[in-house]
Amino acid sequence: MNKAAASNIYDILDDLPLDSGQVLTGAQIAYETYGELAADRSNAVLICHALTGDQYVASNHPITGKPGWWERMVGPGKPIDTDCHHVICANVIGSCMGSTGPASEASDGAAYAMRFPVITIRDMVRGLMALLDGLKIERLHTVVGGSMGGMQALSLAANWPERAERVLVIASTARHSAQNIAFHEVGRQAIMADPAWADGDYYASGASPDNGLAVARMAAHITYLSEEGLTEKFGRRLQNRKSKSFGFDADFQVESYLRYQGSGFTQRFDANSYLYITRAMDYFDLAEEHGGKLANAFHGTSARFCLVSFDTDWLYPTAESRHIVHALNAAGAKVSFVELSAPNGHDSFLLEHEQLDRVVQGFVE
Amino acid sequence: MSLRPDLAAIAAHVAPGTRVLDIGCGDGALMAELESASDVDARGMELDPALVERCVARGLSVVQGDANTDLANYPDKAFDYAILSQTLQTATRPDLILDELLRVGDKAFVSFPNFAHWRTRAALMFGGRMPVTRALPVSWYETTNIHHVTIDDFRELARAKGARIECAWYFAHENEIGAAAANWRAEFAVFQLSR
Repeated sequence: MNKAAASNIYDILDDLPLDSGQVLTGAQIAYETYGELAADRSNAVLICHALTGDQYVASNHPITGKPGWWERMVGPGKPIDTDCHHVICANVIGSCMGSTGPASEASDGAAYAMRFPVITIRDMVRGLMALLDGLKIERLHTVVGGSMGGMQALSLAANWPERAERVLVIASTARHSAQNIAFHEVGRQAIMADPAWADGDYYASGASPDNGLAVARMAAHITYLSEEGLTEKFGRRLQNRKSKSFGFDADFQVESYLRYQGSGFTQRFDANSYLYITRAMDYFDLAEEHGGKLANAFHGTSARFCLVSFDTDWLYPTAESRHIVHALNAAGAKVSFVELSAPNGHDSFLLEHEQLDRVVQGFVE
Repeated sequence: MSLRPDLAAIAAHVAPGTRVLDIGCGDGALMAELESASDVDARGMELDPALVERCVARGLSVVQGDANTDLANYPDKAFDYAILSQTLQTATRPDLILDELLRVGDKAFVSFPNFAHWRTRAALMFGGRMPVTRALPVSWYETTNIHHVTIDDFRELARAKGARIECAWYFAHENEIGAAAANWRAEFAVFQLSR
């Protein structure tokens, strides 16, 4: 279970039509599965990953060697129990862990780079639906996602309502706010301002815009935490020194932490993928896709929904989840919602939280 | 499983196969009973996140929300029944909640402790202090009951709101009692209303 292995690859044989009007030809989806698929194929749980996540939800990451990103939630006897569920987690298109993205080879043998089409959350889900078709899974027991994974779960429920019985959306939103877009734009501009970015054509050069990507990650990382969490973890404490250096080294622990997060991230993530995926999130507005009314997105759905938010999440605050709940109520859908208390902001969905475990377990079983 | 008497009275009078909204559903005891025994499509609203979590864990569809504000998000007549058990007296504006119940539900069930029960009257009359009784066990300064109500008050409110009282059940000491002098004798009451 904890051994990192090369992912399964599914080749999408048909062209994948995209919201932009373009098509993606010869796309591949890299995915991991955990637990046995029941004979009647009724126990499949699709887990959708977040912006910088990947398919290694419950197995070691092949580059970092770290445990899967939701290993505390997924596994034998865990809230999403692989003893009774067949868990599928796939890398989204546009990403860089085996699924087709800007770093992949185009038909001319060179990397797509910025020739990769701009994709949307719905396009990512199209890729996932193609994978499910290939795996012959008609109806998911549950689709689960946190953050951007929640957007995919909502998009799946709205656009392919017959394909999931249960929809679990954690710390997410039905649309990106101006503030969400603004933070993403800071990240993109940091990457594009790095001379090594070279208009996205850096794959052959051996250089990559690591400095820009690290700054993007640092800015984004702040939005995943809470002020309370940062204060508790770092306060104004100094990093391995007794007094301020009167210079621009990482005097403060919080600086050192962010620099570490930034540089670690560049080891495992492609800068162009970061551009494309943040764009997809910024374009996400589920109501807009459905005539401007979110309730329309869920009209006639027979799925059961569960939404969870965290009181210190200022990236996708509780109001965003409530907005979705109200639309689901208006559509007459079966919906549960709870705001959980947690000190660590948006990231809380990835961290130890007993109440979250009980909600997930109760909803999924 | 034994339901609280007011909930049992409600459960016994919800028609099978209907849609129900249980406002202030607590741990979901009534919803679970309705779903398992009468194939009811039950939804709940509850303020306390710990109770919502318990409901979700038992497979019920419950939204964390405040009855004072969040009923507005449900469409007109979305439910056959809207249920408000032991919550009316905690509302900021019970009269407005009653309007909302009869807007989202075709019929409404409302249960509440009767402040005119003889024990309460006696406690106030002879003790001169805010009553702490079996039905109202919490001191005045920490009770969530901010709008104490009597059976006669409720009947009057229903009349003023143009709501028809279709049925009523009265309880003392866990047992159902008759309607005679209920405003004296009943510790709590359940009303079925429509408009």
